[in-house]
Amino acid sequence: MLKTFKIVSICAAVAFATALAFAGEPIKIGVAGAHSGDLASYGLPTLKAAQLIVKDINANGGINGSEIELLIEDEACKPEIATSTATKLVSSGVKVVIGHICSGATKAALPIYRDAKVIAISPSATTPDLTQSGDYPNFYRTIGSDAVQARYVVDFTLHTLKAKKIAVIHDKADYGKGLAEYALKFIKDSGEAKVVLFEGVTQGAPDYSAIVQKIKRFRADAVIFGGYHPEASKIVSRMRQKRLSIPFISDDGVKDDTFIKVAGKYAEGVYATGPADVSQSPIGIEYREKFKQSEGKEPGAFFDNAVTATLALTNAIAKAGSTDPKAVATALHNEEVDTPFGKIKFDDKGDPIGIGFSIYQVQEGKYVQVQ
Amino acid sequence: MYCYAPMEYFIELTFSGLTRGSIYALIALGYTMVYGIIGLINFAHGEIYMIGAFTALIASSVLTYLGLPLPAILILAALAAIIWSAAYGYTMEKIAYRPLRDAPRLSPLISAIGMSIFLQNYVQLAQTADYLPFPALIPEFDFLEPYAGIVGSTDLVILVVSALGMIGLMLLIKYTRTGKAMRATAQDKKMALLLGINVDRIISITFIIGSGLAALGGVLIASHIGQINLYIGFIAGIKAFTAAVLGGIGSIPGAVLGSYILGLTEAFATGYVSSDYEDVFAFSLLVLILIFRPAGLLGKATIEKV
Repeated sequence: MLKTFKIVSICAAVAFATALAFAGEPIKIGVAGAHSGDLASYGLPTLKAAQLIVKDINANGGINGSEIELLIEDEACKPEIATSTATKLVSSGVKVVIGHICSGATKAALPIYRDAKVIAISPSATTPDLTQSGDYPNFYRTIGSDAVQARYVVDFTLHTLKAKKIAVIHDKADYGKGLAEYALKFIKDSGEAKVVLFEGVTQGAPDYSAIVQKIKRFRADAVIFGGYHPEASKIVSRMRQKRLSIPFISDDGVKDDTFIKVAGKYAEGVYATGPADVSQSPIGIEYREKFKQSEGKEPGAFFDNAVTATLALTNAIAKAGSTDPKAVATALHNEEVDTPFGKIKFDDKGDPIGIGFSIYQVQEGKYVQVQ
Repeated sequence: MYCYAPMEYFIELTFSGLTRGSIYALIALGYTMVYGIIGLINFAHGEIYMIGAFTALIASSVLTYLGLPLPAILILAALAAIIWSAAYGYTMEKIAYRPLRDAPRLSPLISAIGMSIFLQNYVQLAQTADYLPFPALIPEFDFLEPYAGIVGSTDLVILVVSALGMIGLMLLIKYTRTGKAMRATAQDKKMALLLGINVDRIISITFIIGSGLAALGGVLIASHIGQINLYIGFIAGIKAFTAAVLGGIGSIPGAVLGSYILGLTEAFATGYVSSDYEDVFAFSLLVLILIFRPAGLLGKATIEKV
């Protein structure tokens, strides 16, 4: 009953939206992600990036004469909210969406976008399945997948740190566990090191000393962690307090300044992968300066990826001449666009061609690129 | 296995378990006290713990700015947190539970859940949703340095404080007039009222003590894990509640015993099996104990009063 109602309402929404499009209304772009809650620091930079670029485009007369209108929806990275957010966007006639931010929320929203033929482009959702499974042909992202990221982490751990006994820990959630499983597979395939421990920890637990003792017991010489910064800082603090000084390598969920702020002195020396450093790219500098002017601080996580996503999407709409999903998709796959990461386009799965990762290390309270 | 003394590993895990256990105990004491007196599961108790930690963070920032020495900051910040949270506990009882005292049992429970959501959102709006670093207020003890791999100074402080808290509460309930009045209220509210005990006041005192303990827990635990955010009360609260039920909700030594059993089970499950199954073991144990002792380990099976 409810399902029928949902389908009817989506149909109605689509019909309504088509009618609007013919009336020469502004181009509607949805922006969905975490704008409040504890993961807002991942989502707000994307919102800002979209707003800055759209402001520029509208100031220059819009795309093919139509202004862009942003429809902003906050889902706090919660899958259960993301579904209703997606439905809301679809029913307000949105044909293209920038978002979502977290992989879990993105996965929850994508079936709704797929059924409504809405194109979604995420600056930060890295779960490999989202593109690789082929389930969501209308999904694109401007960040390397976790599989690519895990490859960087493992290569660095094996070849630069020369670790032989590795403990792989994750937070049992979509993102962290996915990444950890890829790391496990890559280490095993390489045959160069042994995984002595592969375990998930309970998110939010007040103390992780038991798992730290276990890492010690198995005499691991490096720890790879898949997950976000709150758990990472608790684990690394406990490791250092227990006088365990082996390298700690993590992912872009940890490559966030909040991690350094929270873990303090224990953050020193921690490695994390993050999107390649684009501080020298002129487009990157341009938008970062604009961000600083309007917000008075450095842009946070995934800002460059969000700039890239917004540029790629608006460019594709301009090249396609409309927000017709097929035409936009063709443009995304074929038309190269200038972004902070250089010229990029998308492969047939929706993963970006031309965006890689770098390894960073916390040195004197700052993330410094080491590779 | 792995040329690492099994005995040493066992001791390390035991201490990990005791640390977790005493963290749970600090929160579980408040749950069990309130339940013992008015038979209400105060779901907002975890939030009082969170507010205590936030208050301590604000107080300690101000005190650090004034340049006080570390032990003074710890004590003053803890005091501020206890007083502030006790005020919250007192007000919460007046607003959310007292009007519902004669209502069906489910109503105050729903009210408690509402209070918990309200307080979380209030802190999110009034403070922040971000993770904040919490300063290490507990100093590093030099004499513990040789044993740093096994037990840290924060572990030790939390262990001692939760033990003292339990003993203090038991003495209070056994030997003071207030304690006697508390026991009378717990046994039979109407009879206590007839005997001239100010039941409302006793219930308020219970909430004040319970909230103060939660705040103390908040300060110590936050300086142990070094970070706070508005959700810390939720998971800690659920685990502490589990511990209180395990030990026999309403019983004070039961709450502490339950907390240690839960903490140790989790540590050994992680250490000898896998941390993937930590919660599975903890909750299987809970189910097992409740099958054989429905009132918990030290709980008294009470006959429902008609």
